[in-house]
Amino acid sequence: MKFLDFLLNALAIGITFLYGSTGEIITEKAGHLNLGIPGIMGVGAACGCAALNVLCSTGTVPPALIVILGILAALAGGALMGLLYSFLAVTLRSNQNVTGLAMTIFGIGLTKFVFNRIQQTSVDGVKYLIAKKYFRFPFAWSTTSLQYLGVMVFLGIAVAIVSSIILSRTRVGLHLRAVGESPATADAAGINVTRYKYVATIIGSAIAALGGLFYVMDYSGSPEAYLSVEAMGWLSVALVIFSLWRPYLSIIGSFAFGALFILGSFLPSFGLSVDVATSNLVKTLPYVVTIIVLIITSIRNRRENQPPASLGVSYFREDR
Amino acid sequence: MAATTKHSGAVKEPLIHITRRSSMAPWKGILIRAAAVVIAFLLSSVLAYLLIGADPANFLKKFFEGIFGVNAMSANLRLWKLAKDTAILLLIGLALTPAFRMRFWNIGAEGQVLISALAAVAVVIYLGDKIPKEYNWLLLLLMLVASLIAGVIWAVIPAIFKALWNANETLFTLMMNYVATYFVAYCLVKWTPDGSSVLGELPKGHLPELGNSYVLLILVTLASTVFMFVYLYYSQPGYEISVVGESQRTARYIGVNVKKVIVRTMVLSGVLCGLAGFMMVAALDHSVTVTSVGGRGFTAIIVAWLAKFNPFIMILTALLLAFLNQGAGQIATKFGVSFAFPNVVIGIVLFFVIGCEFFIRYKLHFRKRTPAADADNGKGGASL
Repeated sequence: MKFLDFLLNALAIGITFLYGSTGEIITEKAGHLNLGIPGIMGVGAACGCAALNVLCSTGTVPPALIVILGILAALAGGALMGLLYSFLAVTLRSNQNVTGLAMTIFGIGLTKFVFNRIQQTSVDGVKYLIAKKYFRFPFAWSTTSLQYLGVMVFLGIAVAIVSSIILSRTRVGLHLRAVGESPATADAAGINVTRYKYVATIIGSAIAALGGLFYVMDYSGSPEAYLSVEAMGWLSVALVIFSLWRPYLSIIGSFAFGALFILGSFLPSFGLSVDVATSNLVKTLPYVVTIIVLIITSIRNRRENQPPASLGVSYFREDR
Repeated sequence: MAATTKHSGAVKEPLIHITRRSSMAPWKGILIRAAAVVIAFLLSSVLAYLLIGADPANFLKKFFEGIFGVNAMSANLRLWKLAKDTAILLLIGLALTPAFRMRFWNIGAEGQVLISALAAVAVVIYLGDKIPKEYNWLLLLLMLVASLIAGVIWAVIPAIFKALWNANETLFTLMMNYVATYFVAYCLVKWTPDGSSVLGELPKGHLPELGNSYVLLILVTLASTVFMFVYLYYSQPGYEISVVGESQRTARYIGVNVKKVIVRTMVLSGVLCGLAGFMMVAALDHSVTVTSVGGRGFTAIIVAWLAKFNPFIMILTALLLAFLNQGAGQIATKFGVSFAFPNVVIGIVLFFVIGCEFFIRYKLHFRKRTPAADADNGKGGASL
């Protein structure tokens, strides 16, 4: 029973990383290393929770609508951040690393600002957490970890599967991968490089934003959760390497990451006594494992396991 | 986007045609960047008005009060704080510069500095009682050596894998940050008997103060700036860094050992991160927490990039970021909003400064209005 609890918990926290990494994979397939993912996830959480806070305090909105509008608000926040990134990195051809980091500085700052305002303005506790029980449909009644399996968990897995199919089985996916591998070749073949880069980045950012909303409002359900959303974002970026740029692998990867992430706090319930100090060492596991995967894939150097060839390079047609 | 407009019918001039500039007068570049900062600043004040109801005049007043204080005494205090913050950002930025000039995207300064600070603290904790008080210099020396070694280890691991197997350094160094963070958390629990993880101020291993505790840090940073400038622009290794950054193939062709350059440069990066970590512990904090570096490892990347990796210009960019942080911090305090507010302002300024580089590097040519083009437009959007 304890073990099942652990597995369900790992699956649930993993969904945070799954949204983030699916979004980042789509963006990276277009040749853009978006280091703004932590900021985008934060903004997604902020927009979603700000909307939920309003929706839940009226008390007249039906639950299903609350869920849909909350998700839409997070999507919109992420898409706007994606648009900003695309404008800077695609149209203005700025350095992707610097743009991404600026997005994270701005996004996390905005996130903390918004949540701080929500808390300041709600005298009798924040309202957005009321929505948690609607989001955890259909298992909200459960008292075990089964309750985590809500709407957004299934949505996350569905999004990853659909993204995987689109990327590897459709013409659109083929074009997108071409843009990420060699934009000049794609351009010569008549693919609209700029449009693909914009659309991929915006959709990717919107998906990643859902991860922020899920983590802050659904999984942790604590008013302080927004403070740790940045770390979740960086882990999502790590998961992209771990899953070798394939969304379907990142479903398994996110589960493994989730398991490693919560392992420290679950070891005592497995009968292994660990002190607080050691549980901090256990928390390095997702990162250490990612480093190991990164090293192994670079040593094996198989072409299908590498990042998109033009990742991080801005495309300017006249540079050819 | 003009560059990707498709033509289905007759060839038509795109609305905007973009070309790369070969050069631009320096004063024009400075003017464009200054304009970007000013516009971003005005936008921030408008945003502050919309978000927190601070009217623009009051916003500016409070912002500058944050930097220059309200009277002579607070001015003294705040300007020294500004100098200190600038110095730390600059020192970390300098550490990153040689790697960046080589196009090695080291985004692991956060971890490299943090692990160095931890090493310095570890020396005080394990050896502080064994070294008599009159041998403080020996303790400090050991702290420095430990910091430098820790910084080098953290920086050189990704470099070795980059050099040997071309492992992606951006993601590798990013992961190392978190390993460092949790390792510090581990040590802090170990070192605090009550398990509170709050170390408090260490009694030993303080650098002597010259006037105040910031002066030595500022002097060390200035010396590092001069050293880095000479190293990058007037030395053989500095030249090799530039060649590797421009083209690894060219570097190999002229007989530069690229692997050696990558590892050597990251050792230097690690040494400077180690120095920054040591200065933070021995001169400023006399302690370490998981948030000791507090994102400055990331901000320093932007400091270095904005200055085009020129150490002297980095003094200005570090000052700009410290300035924004301190001014907007005052706004946050005075208007009772989140302490994260400065990052919103910094983010907006960064977007503008990053964006304005486009107008320095590229030139826009608008389509000339000709009768033929007008006639073409008359046909409607069919040709688009």
